[in-house]
Amino acid sequence: MKKLQSSLVNMVLSLTLIVAVATGILAYVNQLTAGPIAEANKKALNDALKEVLVEGSQAGEPETYEMDGVSYKIYKADKDGQFAGAAVESSENGFGGALTVLVGFDKEGNIINYSVLNHAETPGLGSKSTFWFKKGEKGDITGKNPGTKALTVSKDGGEVEAITASTITSRAFLKAVNNAYAAYSGQHVDTSSGASQQKKEASAQVTTTNQ
Amino acid sequence: MKNFKILLNGIINENPTFVLLLGMCPTLGTTSSAINGMGMGLATMFVLICSNVVISALKNLIPDMVRIPAYVVIIASFVTLLQMVMQAYVPSLYKTLGIFIPLIVVNCILLGRAEAFASKNKPIPSFFDGLGIGLGFTMALTLLGMVREFLGTGKVFDLPVVPENYGMLIFVLAPGAFIALGYLIAIVNKLRKA
Repeated sequence: MKKLQSSLVNMVLSLTLIVAVATGILAYVNQLTAGPIAEANKKALNDALKEVLVEGSQAGEPETYEMDGVSYKIYKADKDGQFAGAAVESSENGFGGALTVLVGFDKEGNIINYSVLNHAETPGLGSKSTFWFKKGEKGDITGKNPGTKALTVSKDGGEVEAITASTITSRAFLKAVNNAYAAYSGQHVDTSSGASQQKKEASAQVTTTNQ
Repeated sequence: MKNFKILLNGIINENPTFVLLLGMCPTLGTTSSAINGMGMGLATMFVLICSNVVISALKNLIPDMVRIPAYVVIIASFVTLLQMVMQAYVPSLYKTLGIFIPLIVVNCILLGRAEAFASKNKPIPSFFDGLGIGLGFTMALTLLGMVREFLGTGKVFDLPVVPENYGMLIFVLAPGAFIALGYLIAIVNKLRKA
């Protein structure tokens, strides 16, 4: 077959045809993969929730909570019909982009565990945040309560050891955790009562904005 | 035999990374570890083979003056396809490579091979060209990733080679990518000419 000349009609027809076929194929594959993608995301979230919540508790549907123009997703958990803490999804700008973390709190606001859902930190450095702050690791934050004292790295006078050579990531991570607590306690006040909780939340917010 | 030559050409004589110096941006960006480099290389190879075959099959249908937009549409479609399929069926791999996948669209190796080879040859040689260049790219990225990961963290493919807390952090970061790449290019070209 001879090569088509670059006449206007040929160009328009050829491009239109290629784009139409490409669109058709992509639309079909999109439809095909939409289900599995949603399932995979749901499974990843469920695994993360199971990891960070009180053992044996059941997470409900997420509630959105607005604070300073940022919305947080809060997954409240029940155990044997009783309120047993919640997991809060919180996002902060890290070194390489948004760092999204799911933090699990018990009823009193102590951190149970966390799971980094999404990050774009430097591999080998900031990416260590996925395990650095877990139980038994160097920067262990489990069992701490951001309400009594906002979490900060030792460089800023806090108690948490920052990731080696990744202070920016560590700061962002802890800020996300502090914000998660603030959102959690704010939410907590709405449903039960407790002025002290509200006070704590306010102080937590002040310290976090100072950073 | 001819196809085998085309394949070898892509791996050695026209290695995209070490000889043609094409696609430097993903090369520098994704090779902070061996596994990332390899994943990026394989993903690029898949898109390169598909786009090479399709472009060479359609080459007579595409008028010269609109060939670049046509090629870009074809390449971008395969990249999107790959992204959706990976996200659906291998979410763990997608999690590590996810942000790099869309970068394949702007990888000049693809457009370069479409222009230099696929638009002038039949689909079967184009397939082998894509395979050869893709393998060459994958090997180069894996090698660079291994060197950087080893020097930077003391591990290779996440397996510790030397005791912990050893490592020159600079090699994991951007400057280390340039340094390691420069030395590798020098070594490979020395060996190639010898």
